[in-house]
Amino acid sequence: MSDPVLSVRDLHVRFGSKRGVAHVVRGVSYDLHAGETLALVGESGSGKSVSTLALTKLIPMPPGRIDGEVHFGGRELVAMSEAELRSIRGNDIGFVFQDPMTSLNPVHPIGRQLTEGMRHHLGLSASAARDRAVELLSLVGIPDAANRLDAYPHQFSGGMRQRVVIAIGLSCEPKVLIADEATTALDVTTQAQIVDLVERLQEELGLAVVWITHDLGVVAGIADRVMVMYAGEIVEEADVDDLYGSPRHPYTVGLLGSLPVLGADEPGELTTIHGLPPDPTAMPPGCAFHPRCEFRDDDRCRDEHPPLRDADDAGDGHRVRSFYEVPADVREAASTSSQVAEAPPNAGDPLPAEASEGDR
Amino acid sequence: MTGYVVRRVAQSLLALLGVSVVVFSLMHLVPGDPVRTALGTRFDQEAYEALRARAGLDRPVLVQYAQWLGGVLTGDLGVSFRSGRSVSDVIMARVPATALLAGASLLVALAIALPAGIVSAIRQGKPIDYVATALSQIGVSIPDFWYGIMLILVFSLWLGWLPPSGYVSPLEDPTEFLRRVTMPAVTIGVVTGAILTRFTRSSVLESLNAEHVRLARAKGLPEGRILREHVLRNAWIPIVTVTGLQLATLLGGIVVVEVVFAWPGLGRLALDAVVNRDYPVMQGAVLVIAAAFLVINLLVDLLYARLDPRISYS
Repeated sequence: MSDPVLSVRDLHVRFGSKRGVAHVVRGVSYDLHAGETLALVGESGSGKSVSTLALTKLIPMPPGRIDGEVHFGGRELVAMSEAELRSIRGNDIGFVFQDPMTSLNPVHPIGRQLTEGMRHHLGLSASAARDRAVELLSLVGIPDAANRLDAYPHQFSGGMRQRVVIAIGLSCEPKVLIADEATTALDVTTQAQIVDLVERLQEELGLAVVWITHDLGVVAGIADRVMVMYAGEIVEEADVDDLYGSPRHPYTVGLLGSLPVLGADEPGELTTIHGLPPDPTAMPPGCAFHPRCEFRDDDRCRDEHPPLRDADDAGDGHRVRSFYEVPADVREAASTSSQVAEAPPNAGDPLPAEASEGDR
Repeated sequence: MTGYVVRRVAQSLLALLGVSVVVFSLMHLVPGDPVRTALGTRFDQEAYEALRARAGLDRPVLVQYAQWLGGVLTGDLGVSFRSGRSVSDVIMARVPATALLAGASLLVALAIALPAGIVSAIRQGKPIDYVATALSQIGVSIPDFWYGIMLILVFSLWLGWLPPSGYVSPLEDPTEFLRRVTMPAVTIGVVTGAILTRFTRSSVLESLNAEHVRLARAKGLPEGRILREHVLRNAWIPIVTVTGLQLATLLGGIVVVEVVFAWPGLGRLALDAVVNRDYPVMQGAVLVIAAAFLVINLLVDLLYARLDPRISYS
């Protein structure tokens, strides 16, 4: 495989708070290759958003502190100055945020919001930027783009606004696009359209995407690789089919098992993962998931922090952070339930996955 | 837009009519006899009856009101009991002094509030934020006449830098006008500025934490531009509204300061008229101040639509 476009090594993010230091990202490492889609899944507060915002230091510092290494285009970003980082943000690494209702500035026309990054990074003239903005809006499926540039965000529907936000993310032809819950606020139909759109653009532009979501249905539809995050660290990492077909971490098994089975003969109760994630200011010394784990055999994981190990001998990069093996029949059951979720994202209702997390 | 303006003007006129009823009623509820007061020591029954008849005070209250309102519509606010001059003339002579003082006070208030509010929002939680917040708390808490008296004490009596009171038209002597307007304008401006500082701070803070500002950062825009175009541009909307409302409120507070600094404005005129039971002047002055209040509010509403594209008046 070619060199990764983005390489993250042992990334830590800590926030100073009144209750102590909250260690919200704890040693995250991964590689992202051109054209690849990496899904980051996990419940709210698992550190998935913060870990990607931290890549270009988009978190407030202080109180935040970032350690580790982020290699991008032969350069290391964590040690980089704010001015250098600004030349990368929006230019080489594009962002799409969750809420289309608040991501756009209500007092500026969308054309201006779409062109300001291009004019700044690419040095385009006003008219050149405008032409390109029309192209971009057409690309993301906004009809009559030339006449919509002077419209304000409130004149657009939620789905249309999110398309605008995606167009902004893509405007400077980034190498990496970070889509943070980019479809969560949208209805399922629009969600499916956006997912299709990003996949198409990825093929056309060779873009690498980090897709952050808690919606396992979307993940199955879009991702090449999946990383499951829990309490600020990666607990399982695998190719998408592998993860859905053979989940290894107790948390992943719980997540997949909690998806509703559409078309099941006798719809039973949804499985839930009991308990709550740990307090980031007081992480347990051992495995962060151990108080909620149903599959641990002894107290080893209470005191000893499990490393991310190869899940099997296949050498396919399926890694898991657990000392234990989930029994095959339980994995089988979780996998079966997830097969339905592997249908196109518009077929599965994304809500139950969220509801099962129980902390929102 | 035109329809909206017409509707708003009509509403304002209706409100003004309400004000006129209240003002007129209050005047007649206030104890004391204006004619007796006007005559003072020259009192005799015949002169009393004559003046009463001349002022129309011997007629039923409703008739008096209707006559007064009819006059108001033609710009005739009646005749002062005290001086016998036309109330419109008396008021017009006082308007420039009050307008200038109000304008100067607002400038002082904004000169304090905008830098202090913006800096303390940007440096939230830093020492400068605490200092600005503490000072604005003090500014809000202490009544303006006290500042006025302290300023006179320090700058006129002790240091002798500024004249303690009085008014000179800027057309006659601009420098002297500035010297005279400084202390009353600072007195009002400090209080209004303190209120606006707190408001500016919270408005900028809210804007700073908006999601679209995070997206602007993610676009890699320079911080100064983010501040101008994505933070302040949005924060202006509520700031303008509150500034307009404060300007209107300031017109009420100006009375006390005009008295402290012997500033010959509308507020002092109204106060003197109350003391002298000079009904027509009192009614006229209050009506003009109320009208100014309504006009300012109307302008703020129109400006609002210019600043916020989400608001369209139709």
